[in-house]
Amino acid sequence: MQTNILEYLEATVQRLPDKPAYCDNAVQLTFRQTADAARAIGSQLLRDGFYKEPVVVFMKKQPAAVAAFYGAVYAGCYYVPLDEEMPQFRISLICDTLGPRAVICDEATEKIMGSIPNFSGRLYRFSEIAASPVDEAALAAVRKKQIDTDPIYIVFTSGSTGVPKGVVACHRSVLDYIEALSDTLGFSESTVFANQTPLYFDACLKELYPTMKFGATTWFVPKQLFMFPTKLVEYLNTHKINTVCWVVSALTMISSFGTLDTIVPQYLHTVAFGSEVFPIRQFRLWRKALPNARFTNLYGPTECTGMSCFYHVEREFADDERIPIGEPFRNTEILLLDANDRVPAAGESGEICIRGTSLTLGYFRQFDKTDEVFVQNPLNHNYPERIYRTGDIGKYNERGELVFLSRKDYQIKHMGHRIELGELDLAASMLDGVRAACAIYDEARSKIVLFYAGSMDKRELGKHLHARLPRYMLPNVIHQLEALPLTPNGKTDRKRLRQLHEEATISP
Amino acid sequence: MEQLIAILTEIHDDVDYQSCTTLVDDGVLDSFDIVTLISEISDTFDVTIPPSAIVPENFNSAAALWTLIQELEE
Repeated sequence: MQTNILEYLEATVQRLPDKPAYCDNAVQLTFRQTADAARAIGSQLLRDGFYKEPVVVFMKKQPAAVAAFYGAVYAGCYYVPLDEEMPQFRISLICDTLGPRAVICDEATEKIMGSIPNFSGRLYRFSEIAASPVDEAALAAVRKKQIDTDPIYIVFTSGSTGVPKGVVACHRSVLDYIEALSDTLGFSESTVFANQTPLYFDACLKELYPTMKFGATTWFVPKQLFMFPTKLVEYLNTHKINTVCWVVSALTMISSFGTLDTIVPQYLHTVAFGSEVFPIRQFRLWRKALPNARFTNLYGPTECTGMSCFYHVEREFADDERIPIGEPFRNTEILLLDANDRVPAAGESGEICIRGTSLTLGYFRQFDKTDEVFVQNPLNHNYPERIYRTGDIGKYNERGELVFLSRKDYQIKHMGHRIELGELDLAASMLDGVRAACAIYDEARSKIVLFYAGSMDKRELGKHLHARLPRYMLPNVIHQLEALPLTPNGKTDRKRLRQLHEEATISP
Repeated sequence: MEQLIAILTEIHDDVDYQSCTTLVDDGVLDSFDIVTLISEISDTFDVTIPPSAIVPENFNSAAALWTLIQELEE
């Protein structure tokens, strides 16, 4: 039985050593080069005494970053992907949580890392550590002690208190996910992926690990292409891309401009999407352009490694209908629970809860937060059994397909990103010149709306937030108020804020 | 032009659109902003921006966008 994700790589290197594995416009890293760099990195980390601890990989999005991820795993450590586009403030918060002793950088990120005030660990440059001598004996000794519930990576999600939460995933959860996902989407050696998502989210697992498992190939699409649809489709055709797992907005960016009338991604046969509602009109344009492709809706939280449910879109949908999230992957079960932790009656809604070995280990150094959402299955009174409470509300339709309805709390999905509005409130209210701040989400217009009270100028506030938050969290609209409205028990009155926003939008 | 500035301001209200000429190059607008922008422009000015016109040069400044809109209106 496979117990370590690196076994995928080791088997594929034997078979296809010189095939390109991870590529961008500058570099095509083969499986052999990936494995050699990873083993060198693992050896050096061990030589320098790093073991069973987080190793930050802070690099520009590029093939080498993937080799660095696997290098950390070779050392029995777990990688933490950060990205040059992350604001320093967020990197600093993450360093507070992790206290990392080792960071792998590239030429561009080295300086940024050096200026993070609370980081005092060892800084490696990728080009140097990847050329270190390989210590076969040390790597073998680590492997012998590794078990499948050891961590592989930590990815950070938005936290409701303003502090990002680090989700810790292990070999077993990733293996379970990758096997089920690959079966569902039919990946193989001939799969050519175009990766869209950043490497610091779990979304990129869909490309990175199946590439290693099957000996497939992943192309990292330059980010700017996602603004220019014709060029993007040309790129897909140039590299004979046949499989994409993208957020919906990346797909609708192409279809909504009529691009598909002039140019079609001619090799594309597998299209997976998720994280947002796919507007049916846009979906039809895709299906018309690619009548033989398979379209699959995916759903799942980072806390359960990646995706947990899938739905192959095979029937027609009305304009106002939502594509279901369907059914769970193999070896995963979905429980719907009502407010009293009971199974709701047929057709009634409940919280989507997930059971399976794809559950991650929990949040790094946040046992309380972990215990709030990774809980004993309330339907099982006989032995310990952990389930994950997603905070998402769903129900089964007449066909028995699971449908996503809404979020339970203030966590929102904006343009495919999961955001805790509380994090935005905190970032704004920490600034001098801001007394109070509260963000709401205008679902109808897909806009994040920030209200604040204080002396700071609106434009100034926007600039400060730009420096502190990932850009997908930035408010689209900012309203300045004399004071934030309060409810009778002293909490910010979000309902009133919503009214104010409506009034301001209708009569600016 | 005023209407266009209003649309842009709705997307990010902390940018000086009169002077900025690097909206794409400096990453002020991201891909999602471009999508929003194009649909708002189509609705407001009743024009269709063809895929061939969706290139960086036309989106780097409010002035370039305005020129594009006027061309399309003719």
